[in-house]
Amino acid sequence: MALPTADQTLTADTFLAGIWRENPVFVMLLGMCPVLAVTNTVQNSLAMGLATTFVLLASSGLVSLLRHLIPKPVRIAAYIIIIASFVTVVDYAIQAISLDLYNQLGAFIQLIVANCMILGRAESYASRHGFIQTQVNSLGMGLGFTLALLCLGGVRELLGAGSLLGYPLLGSSFEPWVVMLLPPGGFFVLGAWLLLFAWLRERRDQRAIAAATHSATAAHP
Amino acid sequence: MSEPSTATAAAPQFSASRLIMVLGVIATLSGLMVVLVYELTRPAIAENRRQAIERAVFEVLPGAVTRHNFRVSEGGVRPADEGSEGILIYAGYRADGTLVGIAAEASAQGYADQILMLYGYRPACHCISGMQVLKLAETPGLGDKIITDSAFQANFTALDAQLDSRGAQLANPIVTVRHGTKRQPWQIDAISGATVSSNAVGRALDRSANELLPKLLPHLAALRQPPPSTDAR
Repeated sequence: MALPTADQTLTADTFLAGIWRENPVFVMLLGMCPVLAVTNTVQNSLAMGLATTFVLLASSGLVSLLRHLIPKPVRIAAYIIIIASFVTVVDYAIQAISLDLYNQLGAFIQLIVANCMILGRAESYASRHGFIQTQVNSLGMGLGFTLALLCLGGVRELLGAGSLLGYPLLGSSFEPWVVMLLPPGGFFVLGAWLLLFAWLRERRDQRAIAAATHSATAAHP
Repeated sequence: MSEPSTATAAAPQFSASRLIMVLGVIATLSGLMVVLVYELTRPAIAENRRQAIERAVFEVLPGAVTRHNFRVSEGGVRPADEGSEGILIYAGYRADGTLVGIAAEASAQGYADQILMLYGYRPACHCISGMQVLKLAETPGLGDKIITDSAFQANFTALDAQLDSRGAQLANPIVTVRHGTKRQPWQIDAISGATVSSNAVGRALDRSANELLPKLLPHLAALRQPPPSTDAR
């Protein structure tokens, strides 16, 4: 784990880590509860992803600013209060924007408090890094989370309802796979995406090994 | 925790009062922020709620263009205001001020959770003139057909809700029957594959109408004209 004084440089990887290499859903498997529960449509996925991104940015930003003031013994309590406050803000904001959307997302807005990706960012990143770096990293993580939700939501809505963002795409002859909108559909699609990412990783690793052995044999024939 | 030596060395410098103070300050600021946002969003949220109810009321009472809220209790019908008790109903009026009917909420346990709906009652035909689901958590693609299935919705264009001769209860209980077996105007033709949700709608309407209509109908005259001064919201 990095210490407060460690690595304060801002690189492209600060941002990109959350999108790809450390993607909270597909690599770290964090925040699975909303990932499975509200990704039955693209719209819900997008709303949930953006709401989570906002809470992540706001809370990790504040934690980063207060990192020298919060005593270690009460840091988790302090983080939870900060996160819960921003979740409440989002909760009211979504009610003000659209009650329909609020009803669709149900309890999962409030449950952003318990998203371990957010507490994890506060504990392992924001409390050890400066404000700018934390914001850049959190934005990457939030967008990575949103993209992952959209990956699930897109597949589930397309197969489960034959539409994307509510626009019918597959025509009236398409018989929707209702199971995709149900909880098992969430597990299926998540499993399929994880399989794809694991396969891509494995192929990349094998290519790296092959390249290494190739250069090794080239050097010592 | 990553460097135990500094952790043990640093621990004594946090006095209890410092910990309490930091947490207290953070909690106070958080509280202020939540209250501020609550106050800022309250008008928009109230407006959204009002619009949602308004849409549903005008949907279940075709022809209505204004609405007034009342509360119905054993004692009669009173305009709904702060502190009044009884069942909340929404009376819908045409542009010329005549009463179209009333809308009320009903709920029953569905397959997943309570189904909350709004139904319209028209005194002219002693019938239920529409049903809108306000909240449901039924299985997508199955239970939510109670919203989307037009054949099911057609049950509620003129669902008989006549009271018996004493006016004490419904003459014929509203029941949901198996798909394709509806014979009477007080029966609801279930959706095949969504029987539990269909039954819940029938139960909710039957219970609500049985409770509301015997109290409401003797005082219906009080609703014939919209009250001049009550808040139209």
